[in-house]
Amino acid sequence: MTRTTRLCTMALLVAAFALTALAADNNIDAAKSTLIATFKQEGVPVDAPFKTFSGRIVYDPANVAAASAALDVDTASLDIGDDAYSAEVRKKAWFDSAAFPKATFRSTAIKAGAAGHFDATGTLTVKGKALTVTVPLTTQNVAGGTAFDGSFAISRKAFGIGDPTWNDVLDDSVKVRFHLVSSNH
Amino acid sequence: MNEQHIGIAVRQRIAITRAPEHYTRTAVALHWTIAGLVICGFTLGWVMTELAISPLKLRMYNWHKWIGITVLSLAAVRGIWRLTHTAPALLPMPGWQRISAHGLHGLLYVIMFLQPLSGWAYSNAVGYPIVYLGLVPLPNLVSKDKALAHTLLEVHETVAWILAVAVALHALAALKHHFMDRDGTLKRMLSWRSSRT
Repeated sequence: MTRTTRLCTMALLVAAFALTALAADNNIDAAKSTLIATFKQEGVPVDAPFKTFSGRIVYDPANVAAASAALDVDTASLDIGDDAYSAEVRKKAWFDSAAFPKATFRSTAIKAGAAGHFDATGTLTVKGKALTVTVPLTTQNVAGGTAFDGSFAISRKAFGIGDPTWNDVLDDSVKVRFHLVSSNH
Repeated sequence: MNEQHIGIAVRQRIAITRAPEHYTRTAVALHWTIAGLVICGFTLGWVMTELAISPLKLRMYNWHKWIGITVLSLAAVRGIWRLTHTAPALLPMPGWQRISAHGLHGLLYVIMFLQPLSGWAYSNAVGYPIVYLGLVPLPNLVSKDKALAHTLLEVHETVAWILAVAVALHALAALKHHFMDRDGTLKRMLSWRSSRT
């Protein structure tokens, strides 16, 4: 075994370990959580779930200032109903999932409001574009963890999702609503 | 009650139960409006499914759905009208034709309800509510369910072809009555001079 191969193997092992650690960081129970984008076409609201996402929410009611949320969403997992249409929105003009497989949210500040209400400000990155969003949410204790519920609207145009020829039939504003259940560790 | 009275009662009874000779204007209007909408809906349905995904395709799906809901509503009105107004009897024809005519009319009535309903349910099963004319949200008949959507699409497509064949037979039979038998079957559905509304 040459020195180079040895080094490569080492690097790979370290990388694999880092990835495992990252995956273990996920504390969102995907089976109990939902992330739904509601788009509107000619007045028809359509609920489209993202099937695959993971992340980590750190939350201690006694120390809200230290709370944080990170979410990674597989853009290719958006199910808009018919399979042919779901395949369409993975294309370049829409999410361009081949080039941008993940949409991410990283909180930068969590502020407490009325009991159980919060404002999570953070960076939302979709299709390579990073924008600051503030998401109002509520928390409640559930078996084995905490549930976070909220919704916010994003502009397709702001992230370059869908070319302008669609604007007559498809609203620019897309509502995103989530119900995320994280275990408390 | 003397014989004269009985005679009047019998004549009145005959007058009530005897079928009219003409269709009411309402029945004629409903027949042709639904016929036109069904032909548009069928053609749209065929064309839109062949198109690649585009804004126009989405629009056509919406038009198709709105046409279907309109047909369903008119079919309900027509059904009620038919139950409350006696339709003219079939003109003299052989027994097999009489049975076929009644069977085909029954089938067309069933399809007028079944086809819009299966389409409505299919749309819901895929996860698309129906908003009539983009304005009136209709309740979902079923919730989102991929397997159910697949079945409902097959039902909708199969019924579409049965509908096409049934309409073709219906039209051919009307033309046969008009040009070969030279009776008033087609004319009375085209007639607007009915004495009754």
